[in-house]
Formats: sequence, C-alpha cells, structure tokens
Amino acid sequence: MKPPRFEYFDPTTVEAALDLLGEHGENAKVLAGGQSLMPLLNFRLIRPQVLVDLNGIGALAYVRPCDGGLALGALTRQRALERSAVVRERCPLVAQAVPFIGHAAIRNRGTIGGTLAHADPAAELPAVVTALGGTLVLRSIRGERVLPADRFFVSYLTTAAAPDEILVEVRLPGAGSRTGSAFQEVSRRHGDFALVGVAAIVSLGADDVCTAASVAVAGVGPVPLRVDDATRLLLGEKPDERTLAEVGRRVSEQLTPDADLHASSEYRKQVAGVLARRALGEALGKARGGGA
Amino acid sequence: MTERTIRLSVNGREYERRVAVRWTLADFLRDELGLTGTHLGCEHGVCGACTVVMNGAAVRSCLLLAVQAQGAEIRTVEGLADGDTLHPLQEAFWEHHGLQCGFCTPGILMSFACFLEEHPAPSDAEIREALAGNLCRCTGYVNIERAVRAAVTKLAGGRAGAGPTGA
Amino acid sequence: MAGRWVGARLRRKEDQRLLTGSGRFLADLRLPGMLSAVIVRSPHAHARIVAINAARARAERGVAAVFIGPDLGAVGRIPMRMSPRAEVVECLQRPLALGRVRYVGDPVAVVVAEDRYRAEDAAELVEMDLEPLPVVTEARQALEPGAPVVHESLGRNLAERLVMGCGEPERALREAPVRVRDRFKVHRHTGVPLETRGLLAQFEPGTSALTVWGPTKVPHFNRGVLSDLLGWPEHLVRFVETDVGGGFGIRGEFYPEDFLVPWAAMRLRRPVQWVEDRREHLLAANHSREQLHEIEIGADRDGRIVALVDRIYADMGAYIRTHGFVVPDRTAAMLPGPYRIPNYGAEVLCAFTNKTPCGTYRSPGRYEGTVVRERIVDRLAGELGLDPAEVRRRNFVSPADMPYDVGATADYDPVVYDSGDFRGAFDAALEAADYESLRNRQAEARREGRSVGIGIGCFVEKSGTGPWEHARVEIDGSGRVVVFTGLASLGQGLETTLAQICADELGVHPDDITVVHGDTARIPYGVGTFGSRGAVVGGNAVAQAASALRERIKSFAALRLELSPEDLVLDAGRVHPRGVPDRGLTLRELARAAAPGQPLPPGLEPGLSASAIFKAPMRVYPYGTHVATVEVDPETGRVTVMRYVIAYDIGRAINPMIVEGQLAGGLAQGLGGALLEELVYDEGGQLLTTTFMDYLLPTAMEMPEATVIHVLEKSPSPLNPLGIKGAGEGGCTGSGAALANAVADALAPLGVAVTGLPLTPATIVASIRAAASRREARR
Repeated sequence: MKPPRFEYFDPTTVEAALDLLGEHGENAKVLAGGQSLMPLLNFRLIRPQVLVDLNGIGALAYVRPCDGGLALGALTRQRALERSAVVRERCPLVAQAVPFIGHAAIRNRGTIGGTLAHADPAAELPAVVTALGGTLVLRSIRGERVLPADRFFVSYLTTAAAPDEILVEVRLPGAGSRTGSAFQEVSRRHGDFALVGVAAIVSLGADDVCTAASVAVAGVGPVPLRVDDATRLLLGEKPDERTLAEVGRRVSEQLTPDADLHASSEYRKQVAGVLARRALGEALGKARGGGA
Repeated sequence: MTERTIRLSVNGREYERRVAVRWTLADFLRDELGLTGTHLGCEHGVCGACTVVMNGAAVRSCLLLAVQAQGAEIRTVEGLADGDTLHPLQEAFWEHHGLQCGFCTPGILMSFACFLEEHPAPSDAEIREALAGNLCRCTGYVNIERAVRAAVTKLAGGRAGAGPTGA
Repeated sequence: MAGRWVGARLRRKEDQRLLTGSGRFLADLRLPGMLSAVIVRSPHAHARIVAINAARARAERGVAAVFIGPDLGAVGRIPMRMSPRAEVVECLQRPLALGRVRYVGDPVAVVVAEDRYRAEDAAELVEMDLEPLPVVTEARQALEPGAPVVHESLGRNLAERLVMGCGEPERALREAPVRVRDRFKVHRHTGVPLETRGLLAQFEPGTSALTVWGPTKVPHFNRGVLSDLLGWPEHLVRFVETDVGGGFGIRGEFYPEDFLVPWAAMRLRRPVQWVEDRREHLLAANHSREQLHEIEIGADRDGRIVALVDRIYADMGAYIRTHGFVVPDRTAAMLPGPYRIPNYGAEVLCAFTNKTPCGTYRSPGRYEGTVVRERIVDRLAGELGLDPAEVRRRNFVSPADMPYDVGATADYDPVVYDSGDFRGAFDAALEAADYESLRNRQAEARREGRSVGIGIGCFVEKSGTGPWEHARVEIDGSGRVVVFTGLASLGQGLETTLAQICADELGVHPDDITVVHGDTARIPYGVGTFGSRGAVVGGNAVAQAASALRERIKSFAALRLELSPEDLVLDAGRVHPRGVPDRGLTLRELARAAAPGQPLPPGLEPGLSASAIFKAPMRVYPYGTHVATVEVDPETGRVTVMRYVIAYDIGRAINPMIVEGQLAGGLAQGLGGALLEELVYDEGGQLLTTTFMDYLLPTAMEMPEATVIHVLEKSPSPLNPLGIKGAGEGGCTGSGAALANAVADALAPLGVAVTGLPLTPATIVASIRAAASRREARR
C-alpha cells in the first residue's frame, strides 16, 4: 500500500496552481488536506500523473465575514472551523457538524474545500453546505464561476468542477435571529462516515411561526439531498411533535437510498426520517431560545 | 520532479535529505531517518499508530507526503522523553498498564501529547473522545483512559509547582 | 513458595522500550542489502490458472526476481499443526497456488525488489490469466448436492464430520416437557492485531545458516516445518522473535509467506523482508468464528436442563490450515459450559468454501458456542417464565461435582473440569452488577419508554494445553538471573510474569531477571504461546527450573560457607545463613565459584543453571460470568453499552494488573465481534471488508461507559503447583453472549428475535420491523 509514481508540484499562489492544472488537465489531481486523497493513493485506486499540492497557498486559508455570512477559503482546516468564534456565531451549523468528521488528527489536516471537492455523499460538510444553500467559487485560467451547492454536487464522488478548476472559496449565508440549527447522524462508530446524517435549520418569526426550514440528508443518495417537499410543511406553522413526525415520515417516503454493506436501503430510509424529526426538533428548540 | 531535497526538523534536530516525492512522511521517518517508533498499522489514516505532531498539530504521517513536511517541525515518540526522564504520559502509561503489545502506543502518546497541550484539564468524556482517534487492539482502552487521567494530574501538579500563577 | 512477587501488581518490564519507540517490531528491522517482497494474490474466488506471465514485472527497474508456483519445484503443502488428518492432506495449502486458485487472496506470485514502492509497482505488472470457476461461499450450501467443489481431489466439500456427546440426547429431548429450538448464526470475523504479519529472512551462504525473524507463537514447531519444506537441516535454521503487535490466535501460524520469504532469501542470497499491508492482512491471515447452529434444549418443568442437541455448520474457507478442525471441535467440546447436562449430542459439519481459510481467534470455538448456549438458556427462561439468572442457578455444576466429566471430547480427550465454583463466580458478577436493583431500574426505564436490557453470559474456558513446556534458569557471570522459556511473547507481558515467578523462587527482584524467549538458537525446546497456556505450562516450568536452581545455588554456597544447604536462604541476590545476612555470598560470587575448574559439591556438574520440562497432560478450566447492560435506540438500532461486569476465576493471578488488562482487552474484542466487526463476502466470493473503514475495530467510544472487572482466585487448579488457570481469553468468551442477551432483553417487549451476530444498527432495525410485521400478520 504505497502510492504509485507521480510528479509533484507545490505552487504558492492560486495562479500558479491554475497554470499547472491548465497545463496537465485531467492528468492532474489537486491535493488539499489529503485525508481522502492519500488513502486512495496508498490503495492505488487513483493514479494521477501529476499532483498539485495546494498546501503552500497560504492565501487560501481564511475565515472571513461576508454579507452577514461567511466566506471560507478552501484550504481552511476543519480544525480551524471547529475553533472559530465567528463560525460559531454566523454559521453555527458548521460548528455543530465538524466534530462528527473523523477525529482530531484528521480535522487537523482535512480542509473544507477538500471535503466538498471529494463529494462523498456520506460526508458531513457537503450536507451542511447543501442545507445552508451555500455557494462555491470555482476558478480556472479560463475565469471564475460561482455555483450553488445543489449544482456543484453531481453524483457520488463527482462535482461540477472541471479538471482545470479549483474550488477556492465557500460562501455561506449567516444565520438570522431566531434561527436554530442541528446536525445529527448515525454512524457505525464514532468518527465514521454517516450511515445517515441530517443537517437542519429552522427560522421562526413572531409568535414562533416557522418562516424558513431546510434539511439536507447525507448518506441516502449520490449527493446530499435537500428534502424541501417535506420541510415545506413547516412553513407558516407553529411546529409541534406531530408536525415534526409528519415531516420525518415524508422525508422517509421520498428517499430511495442505495444499500451498502453497513446498512440496507430500508434502514437508511427509516433513519433519515427519524433523524430529520430529531434534528428539526433540536433546531426548533434552539430557535425558540433565540437561536444558535 | 519525482525527487526532491527537503529540510525539516525532527525532535529538535535538523535534517536535509533527498526523497522520492511519492514517499509518505511515515516511511521517510522510519526508513530514511531510522525513527521506527512511528508505526504503520493501516496506511489509510484510520488506526492512528503513525500519529506524529507536525507544527504543533497531531497528524497521520501515513497521509502526508514527506515533501509536504518541507520546513516543518515534527515530533515523534522518540522525542517525547527528556533524555532518561520519561514524559508524564509515558510514566502514567507504564504505571497504569496503559499498553500491552505497544504497537499503537507511540501514536496514542503523540495524540495525547498534543491534546493535553490544548486541553490541560479535560473531562473524562473529552479524553474518551480524543482516544477514539486511535485504535488499540489489546487494552480495551480502560487503562489508557486511566493513564491519561493520571498524566493530567501529574502535569497539573508540575505546572502548579512551577510558578506563582499555578494551574 | 513465599509469594512476594507472584500476586503483585508489578509494572511491566517490557514497557520502557515500547513507550519510548525503542521496541523492535518486524518492520523496524533493517539489514544491509535487504530486499522487499510483495505477494501477488488471486483476484478471483475460484479459478483455473491458465498462465501467469511475470515477464513485464521482472523487467521493471529495481526488481530482483518474480517467482510463480512452478518456480518452487516440488515443495510440499503446509501441514496441520493440530491433530493432523490424513484424509485432508490434499486440501492443505501450497505456498503458491498451482493449477487453481480457491479464494480471493490465494498467493500466486512473489515479487522481490529494492524497496516496497518498487515491489508494488512490479506486482501490478504480473499478468494473471485466470479462468473463473463456479463459486461457493456458504457452508450449508457447500454441502448441498451439486454445489461447486472446492477440492476436486476430495470430491465433496465436507472436510470433516465430528460427533460427540453423552447420554441419550435424542430420547431425552423427545421426552422433555419443555423444549426450545433456535437457529443462530455467528459471523466471520477475526483477530486483526494492530501490527500486521511480516517476516525477515537472511541466508548466509558461507555458513549455510538461515535466520528468520518475525513469526511469533510456536517458533520451534515452525522451524521444523520450514526445515522440512526447504529440505534444509534444522540446526541451520534459526527463528528469532521480535516485539509483536498482538497475536490473538492468528499470528505466528505457518502461512504460505513463512515459506516464501525464507525460500526467496536463500534463492537470492540477500535478506528479504515482507511486511503485510492491512488490505492483504484482511484477505490473507486466518479468518475465524463463522458457524451456523441448529440447537435444541430440553428441560423439566423446574427448569433443569435434561438435554442439549446441536448441529453446527462450520465454514472452513478454502483450505485446511495449521489449526485444522480445532475451532469447531472446541465449540462442541465446550458447548455444555457451566451446566450439568446429562444428555448431550453435537454433530459438526466442517465445509470448504471459496473464502479465506480459517483458524483460531481468542476463545476459539468457545465465543461461538457460549453465545449460542447462553441465548438458548435465556429463551428457555422465557419459556418457563423464570428470570434468566434463576434458570442458570438451577443448572450449574457444583464444586462437589469436581472433577467433572462433561461428556464431550476435545481432540478425542475427555473434557474434565479440574475445579471450580461456577455459582460463586456467577454470584460475584451479579453482585457487582447489582442485579436485583438493575432489574428494578430496567423496569423503570421501560415505563419511560426506554429499551434497556440486561444480559448474562456464563462460560467455562479452557487453558493450559500441554503437552509440556520447557524453561531454563541460569545465573550469568555477572550474577544476573536469566530465564529462557519456550514460550513466545505476543504483547501480553510474558517477560514480567515469568520474572515474577522466578523472583519468588530465587529471592531476587524481578528487575534483576532477564527473560529470553523466542530464539531457537538460544532455547533448545519450546511449544509456544496459545490458548492461554503460557502462565500455566510455561510458568510452572519456570518455577520448577528456578526451584531446582535454588537448590543448586545453595549446594555451591554451602560448599563455600562450609554449612549445610538447609541452613541457607536466598534473599536480595545473596545467599546467606538463615538469620545472618552479612555472612553470605552474592550470586555473582557464586556464579564464579561454580565455573568449571572450581571445587564442586558432591555429585554436581559446574555451572549455575537448571532446566525443567513441565508436563501438563490435562487441561485446566477457568470460568466466569459477564453481565452487560445496554440501551437500544429502537428507531436507529444504535446500541449503547452502559455498564459491563466481568467476574473470572483463574485460580491464581501472577500479576492481577496484567490479568485485568487481558480481560478488558478480551472484552473489547468480544464487543467488536458482537456489534461491529464482520468479514463480508459477496456472492462471487469477493471480500468487501478489506479496509479499516469497513472492518470496524471498536474505538474507545464504543466501549462500555463503565466496566467492572473482578479477578477471582477461589479455585486454584489442582493440576499444577502454582494453581494457575489461563487468563487470556475469559474477557472475550462471555461477551458475545452477554451482549446478545442484553440486546434481546432490551427488545423483548417488541417481540424481537435475536438470531445471530453481529448486532448492527441495520440488523436490529430490520429485526424490529420483522417483529412488527409478524404482530401485524397475527392481527
């Protein structure tokens, strides 16, 4: 289990990285935190001719307030997100979800850009960005484009990024007042990828009436799935246990997850509904308390 | 560019070596520098036996290329003791039977060397969660948790005695 | 014996090197000119080998050689270590496959190159032309007519049929007023030590000496096997143990690589190292545990068991490896467990399948049998409307029955329990668990709608397998005590425990004793370490040798001091007249006084050394009880183990700290087996769990929230002077049973049937749904 041969470049600017990708295109692979790519290399499941390591590009690691929300540089480590006060304040859902990712040593290296670009549908952050309706900034020597999360994730381990594009920034809307969020998941062990994970956000207006609700589910399809048809039920309502149970039921109903060796399709279907109900309940509780 | 010269510091000592770019940091430490205390248990980042501290953060050395450690400061289990004086974690692991075969031990020690610097007074739950990042097949973890708690006490005692600010 | 050190919670002698990164594991060894080997393995579960083309691989830069099956010449197959059977000799594994491959992972070629990276590059260039054959992956199916046959020469997949028992089980069952049947599946999982396997072999053409580092467990036996297979004199083959990252049954058996690496080193005349990677470990090292039981129990109306009948299907995988049929044999041998069962019958059908061959894993056969028996005892309790604890109380073999003949056999030897108070260990566990109030709290939790369950697992273990072990103790020229043992160290603290035993005999501190193990050049005889035998057989051998040495030391001292040996004592590294500590001799002075050329006591040869062979014709039987408390989330199937109690009677603990560590570690493995770990195959015989992301070892977070371990020393074995019973396995043996019973108990109000392991979130939710639809259908 040793990596195959490749050429290695470690540019120190985004431009230099883009030039390398422009030159090598599909033969190149971008290395960010390496917590998914390096295992694939060690197993020789991928064999890029060229590895473009972004870790030398300090300018890609940042957490910046932006339009009431956040702009996160793609090379921002998960550990930095976990510790950031501004992340907790503006996008608490991110801070709630990050502790579910692997373990401390993984989060010390793993980056937000890397986990999104890897696009494992059972991963936590793709579901979080999908639930939040975040946008992703892609750059290449051809220019820059901004994609909403639901257009970025295309399929299992597949994104809309072209071979010469780098995901450089993630933009997340901030949580308004009286907005609560929660992340819940079931995994085989602590730190494993989710069998099912749910990211939920709820906003309340005056009189505790729900003004916005969003749920994205990880581990139940080729991409993290928004279940707007189900959460719509909450809008204009003062959700109680029965409403939440109904939302959960609808979430279950509308999913057709794939089975793998850790869980059947039926299991994932059922548990997605259970966790949606529970996560929404938790988020609602926080929203009623003023938000977080 | 399939080979490179890298310079780095390991356990306070400077090294300059020519290395194939595909070599992992773990293999570099073990084969090139002869620091075989860093073990390889899975080579895909799950078991944690290869955990070392790089620039102050615990990392899996099987998931890093050696060339990525250019300019880095690395600490491995060989650098944990101060000469013949064991680190309080090492002492506590010995005292509380926190190891059996000892294969996972270097990774666990380095994970906690880093963890305790960030969390000088962790709760039992925090210790357990931090420990979950390393697999041990022998101990059932019970005595490792005990040892870490004992090390916390030792370290706190050391700090309390060290100066007027105390712990 | 004084017992100052035996019984002490002494910190381990091994630890300093292991804590500082100074241990020497196999992969840490380097020799000048050393090459790195990679094994090329079959990607097919069953195929005819049409051709293997290694030309491109051989041409790769840095490649020293590539060997395929025909290159090995007329090499034999790897023999069975335990109870060889002539009938299956054609079903033993060759070092490299010839003609056919029979499981994914079957070795096909060996690539040897300058370093591991290049060896892997070249391994990818070995071209295998394989013609796929029909595959069979399940033991019961393998025994059906028309199933693909794994070994054509045998002509069927039934590798062995074992039958044992006592009384008239069928009749007693027929006449029993209460009967319960069950079908229970124990899944395939295995030891998975954190250090993978590995070997380093060096051949010195000048002296014809071959040295092999790495294989640790039964080095003397393996040396004999290698010598036979190579046709090389045994005295020119030396096996040397390194530090080892866990054994658990799988490490140190003679595997194909144990031939291939030394053979390649001899052929190439350069040192060759092979370090297994994790993926191939999961494919290539022994699997274990996979059994299907069809069991029935009969009892009278008071809940006294009158009969137990079991048919066991054991999946052996594609070849018979060194352990032979020991795992299914021990399942049947130990199935009656701690209960008096007058009529017992077991039939074991061992079947070949196109999967990785199997061997032992901690508590081999007993983990499986214990979960099956304890499940059906719980179901019997349910049938009778009795508390599970009460049914057990009514059936334990009592201390007055000892020695107790179970009525079963292990390797054709009767299973006779040597001593024990099964009820006593059971009471100790229930008391530690606070069983009565636990039941009350459970009732309370149920009223709150929580699914809390309590599970009991009672068991008897076996240990102390003979036939013998060797030890030699000497005082070297510097006065230091050196113990040579035929045992092997697998990480369990062997150096410390043997030093403690020796220290008491010789009146020295354990720190002043060096324990030498696992080097066939320095130790003439040895059986090795397995089945919790080390302390029992090897420990008593050390005690005997040290005791003989003590008398010898006294004789030499008596000569010097002009006293009678009976008037002398050994203490603190000195020999002195009783009560006169300053008039004595140090061991160093005595070692020199005993050298050749010095005056000798009458009838003695020179030298301060004594050896012993301790013979253990009968096994000894430790026993215990586990109590698990779990909470299940019925909506997600998650199991939280809240509290866990183990009471285990091992007769006598040499180092209670080490024993407790063994029990906690065994529990983690048993819990992993019950809840997490599984080697999953698809229908085509592909192993799907070849990474640590899929084969799930428990982390600290999956362990019980609280664990209580009681080491009991109530029933020392009458069969050895130290009274020891083995301590290595009891933490594991009862855990599958206690956890399965606890989960079943938690879900009992939902009508759920627990009929197999592992208990994963998905299987639990599926069984809850199945129970719900059964209820629905009944309505």
